[in-house]
Amino acid sequence: MSASLEIQLIAVTAATGCALVGVFLVLRSMAMMADAISHTVLLGIVLIFFIVQDLQSPWLLIGAAAMGLLTVSLVEALNRTKLVKQDAAIGLVFPALFSLAVILISRYARGVHLDVDMVIMGELALAPFDRVTIFGLDLPHALATLSAILLINIVFILVFYKELKLSTFDPALAAAFGFSPALLHYGLMALVSVTAVGAFDAVGAILVVALIVTPAASAYLLTDDLRKMLLLSVAIGAGSALAGYWLARLLDANIAGSMATMTGVVFLIVFVLAPQRGVLTQLRRQALQRWRFAQTMLIIHLLHHEGAPDAAVECRAEHLQAHLRWQPDFAAQVIRDAERSGAVHQERGLLRLTDHGRRLAEAAMVR
Amino acid sequence: MNTHLPVATTSAAIEVTDMTVAYGDKPVLWDVDLETPPGVLMAVVGPNGAGKTTLIKAILGLVPAAAGQVLIHGKPYHAQRQRVGYVPQRGSVDWDFPTSVLDVVMMGRYGRLGWFRRPGKAERDLAMQALEQVGMAEYAQRQISQLSGGQQQRVFLARALVQDADVYFMDEPFQGVDAMTERAIVDLLKGLRSAGKTVVVVHHDLQTVSEYFDWVTLLNVRCVASGPVSQVFTDENLRKTYGGRIAFVGRANNAEPTPGRISTPAPAIGV
Repeated sequence: MSASLEIQLIAVTAATGCALVGVFLVLRSMAMMADAISHTVLLGIVLIFFIVQDLQSPWLLIGAAAMGLLTVSLVEALNRTKLVKQDAAIGLVFPALFSLAVILISRYARGVHLDVDMVIMGELALAPFDRVTIFGLDLPHALATLSAILLINIVFILVFYKELKLSTFDPALAAAFGFSPALLHYGLMALVSVTAVGAFDAVGAILVVALIVTPAASAYLLTDDLRKMLLLSVAIGAGSALAGYWLARLLDANIAGSMATMTGVVFLIVFVLAPQRGVLTQLRRQALQRWRFAQTMLIIHLLHHEGAPDAAVECRAEHLQAHLRWQPDFAAQVIRDAERSGAVHQERGLLRLTDHGRRLAEAAMVR
Repeated sequence: MNTHLPVATTSAAIEVTDMTVAYGDKPVLWDVDLETPPGVLMAVVGPNGAGKTTLIKAILGLVPAAAGQVLIHGKPYHAQRQRVGYVPQRGSVDWDFPTSVLDVVMMGRYGRLGWFRRPGKAERDLAMQALEQVGMAEYAQRQISQLSGGQQQRVFLARALVQDADVYFMDEPFQGVDAMTERAIVDLLKGLRSAGKTVVVVHHDLQTVSEYFDWVTLLNVRCVASGPVSQVFTDENLRKTYGGRIAFVGRANNAEPTPGRISTPAPAIGV
């Protein structure tokens, strides 16, 4: 395998794992917890590293998972005191643990492979140099780790799909059924921690959150089905990873930054163009509603004054501007459309409802 | 074991003894005793903050009780999960969750399925039946965010129906629904009662208590009274429950409710 292909594989594997857990974090409104965890796991890694003195050890993942759970517990404990709100609690816990990790690395682990820049920024370009042989295959170490993590993520979500769905949507019912939402919650948080550690290799601690939150948030805007949301999130995550890699090559820039940027670009496109929930669709829908409402207002106004003594005044096109407070251009357009749809016809400036228009107006009044 | 537990009461559908729940040192439920026979439709009424929702949650073990014991048909709740159905408040879930109406109703079967087992055709069929019962069959494939409040409530009820429980706890099923849906829900509840189920409903509208229910619990941190509507839904008990606020909760149709008067069609009122 060429180094280029290996790097892309690593990027895609990391992004896929993140995109999967991201869906449940976004649905549980816990995106910022992902940010916190992706930083504090560093402390877990550093502490375990001091004990085992080996950066390849699987114990590092265990330490990271434990630190992730500690983070969540501390945030929840702070929150429970009611002295600190959830977002502030996250803002207190995560810098504390993260800064401790940074101090420990810079003071005691300098010169080792573990260096601050690498952990914070990630250095995907160097990943192929660190190799390991598994089942006779000579692989980059990061790829092996990330594949294992991805596998754990997939198995966890497949096995607990039903339980995760219920406890995310309706935790009270899940608890009443005896499914222990707390257990699932901490299981998921452990998974996020491990996934974040894996993704360090690809994008570093700061940008992990982009891989976790952005693809899921984009997928959320595109579908109404949890399964599809998971698949779309993965597709968007993997696609952004690849696009980011090539962007980095094109610009000769940092790969992690480019990948995170691409997730943002995809989100922006989805945010504007999503078929149901995109900004553009919503604006168009609002405009259409305003237009339809104006049509209805016009025919109801005409129905009210039909045959009344003041009809000659009220039903004149010019009068609408004053009475309904419409701009002249707008009023003219509404009248033109109403004429075209056959609801209204105009005779010497006087507007009359057609039979069709009268039925429409009466139906609108009933509703 | 509590020595003063009532003994020969295993026939009760719900038996709550000395239930106390506190948040910090503030009691939300104070020494509540409750005994509900099977096959009744019971309203739980009381002012805001009376602990109505907490009572249900404590019975279901969703909030820790400082003291007390709960028996459902003679056994603790955790041994009877399959026989208990729960309808939380409509507002307690995220209706923008990416899922369909049918899928939400199928969630009612998850308890029977237990860990790991996946819902299949049997669950789908049951869910469709329940949706037909609540008149929502045509909405099965709808995304849940497109439902009105009344439709959401019907979906929740359908989800409770597929639980096929013996005892149901419903937290404000009438909240924010239109008159037609309220009617439909009442018919459904009465149907459940005819089928021998016990249904406990947190309810807010005192005016409809005697029309909809045959059993009532008046709650205000303590259990003021619990029993047949004709016996315990009295002027005196209501005043004990609501204190001076009775005139306002009575929701009289006249603009100025007379203080002290209870504008409910409760029988056995002697004002």
